[in-house]
Amino acid sequence: MNNKVTIIDYGAGNLLSVRRAFEHFGAQVTIADTHSAIDAADRLVLPGVGAFGKGMEQLQKRRLIWAIQGFATLGRPLLGICLGMQMLLEESEEFGTHAGLGLIPGRVVALPKQDKEGKPLCIPHIGWNGVLPLHTLSDWQKTALEGTKEGENFYFVHSFQAQPTDPTHGLAHCLYGGLPVCAVIHRDNLTGCQFHPEKSGKSGLRVIQKFLQS
Amino acid sequence: MNTVRFIARLDVKAPYLVKGVQLEGLRQLGDPHRFACDYYEQGIDEILYMDIVASLYDRSNILDLVEKTTQNVFVPLTVGGGLRTVADVARALQSGADKVAINTAAIKRPELITEVANHFGSQCMVVSIEAKRNTDSTGWQAYYDNGREPTGKDVVAWAKQAADLGAGEILLTSVDREGLGKGMDVALVAAVTEQLSIPVIASGGVGRVEDVFTVIEQAHVQAVAMAHVLHYGKIELENLRRRAKERGISVRQWQEINEAS
Repeated sequence: MNNKVTIIDYGAGNLLSVRRAFEHFGAQVTIADTHSAIDAADRLVLPGVGAFGKGMEQLQKRRLIWAIQGFATLGRPLLGICLGMQMLLEESEEFGTHAGLGLIPGRVVALPKQDKEGKPLCIPHIGWNGVLPLHTLSDWQKTALEGTKEGENFYFVHSFQAQPTDPTHGLAHCLYGGLPVCAVIHRDNLTGCQFHPEKSGKSGLRVIQKFLQS
Repeated sequence: MNTVRFIARLDVKAPYLVKGVQLEGLRQLGDPHRFACDYYEQGIDEILYMDIVASLYDRSNILDLVEKTTQNVFVPLTVGGGLRTVADVARALQSGADKVAINTAAIKRPELITEVANHFGSQCMVVSIEAKRNTDSTGWQAYYDNGREPTGKDVVAWAKQAADLGAGEILLTSVDREGLGKGMDVALVAAVTEQLSIPVIASGGVGRVEDVFTVIEQAHVQAVAMAHVLHYGKIELENLRRRAKERGISVRQWQEINEAS
């Protein structure tokens, strides 16, 4: 497989860091904001920070929703990061209900406001947190988490989380205030990480590298 | 307990890393990019660049530095100093910053906090507060212009207002303690963390590892920024992490990462 990767630009913040993380491994990066560029991609990255509704609106404005959905059905690798991960699901409850890309069944819901003991939780969840297998560690083989150790720390910053309907689509979670929070989802050629691999030091770079090898 | 973040604060007068005492009397220390790379290799959790001369519109500006740093540093990067508008924030983010820290412009026009949060999300809107203890010990007042100009705003009330307006984090610098290395203003930090549900970054005054532990344990702060103790090698990150873990403070698991890489 080649080392080409296409990052979708829909005006959602820091593309440069994602680009630099891929370039760290010698990837040929294309920044794309058109249907045809997405069609031509070998691997696609949907980055993103900010609000769900606004993100979908920006994709809509650029007429990229069908393009991404079409790309995904052809079996080529797609990585969603943070908001980009959440947009893979069907809908979100952030600032009203908004439809997502619907590539993985499930919803995006607010993080719990209280921890396990009922004390108020700091929201957004910002910082380093350890990822744990949702089922077994062997599920991580041949995914972007291959080589990741149980409990290895990644950088999270979010107020909402993915809730896949089918539990087998969950690959990893972390604990926040003692409660499980969705960290990585996976369905065939689709991967979504709630954390920022491009901001998670060497652990995150490994995730980038594994995706590039997929 | 959630994982506490250690942040390297680099005060920049482009193209130099500088450090002063109580935000004054600056000394040049070298190339900030090299320092940032060094801290990244040692496992710092985040980098904070503070442009102390607000050079955004100068030829040699802070954003060139940000852009350079993102080539080698893969942890979150915050940039502050001189950002006044949503367009300025957009430029900072395009240059590779993940968050912006804003003080003066937010004091002058608090709606800017909401505008930035709406455009780019709360997670990138850090409100920077420079706090000085009132002479009658009744609390703390917020300052701007590197701790020179009083705002008339009470620090705790202003922090609460900033959070309500959409700030994702508060960077709380004690001007009284900054650069002295004699410990943080724990009472100040505690007064703010008690009132807020968003993360607070304590800054100013760390001289020894115990100062870091004190503010975490007594003021329940989510992140601690360090400057001269790192620049002069008075605190080594590996040692800080190990001792924090021994005290039961949850920190990023850096050892495992080293082994894994």
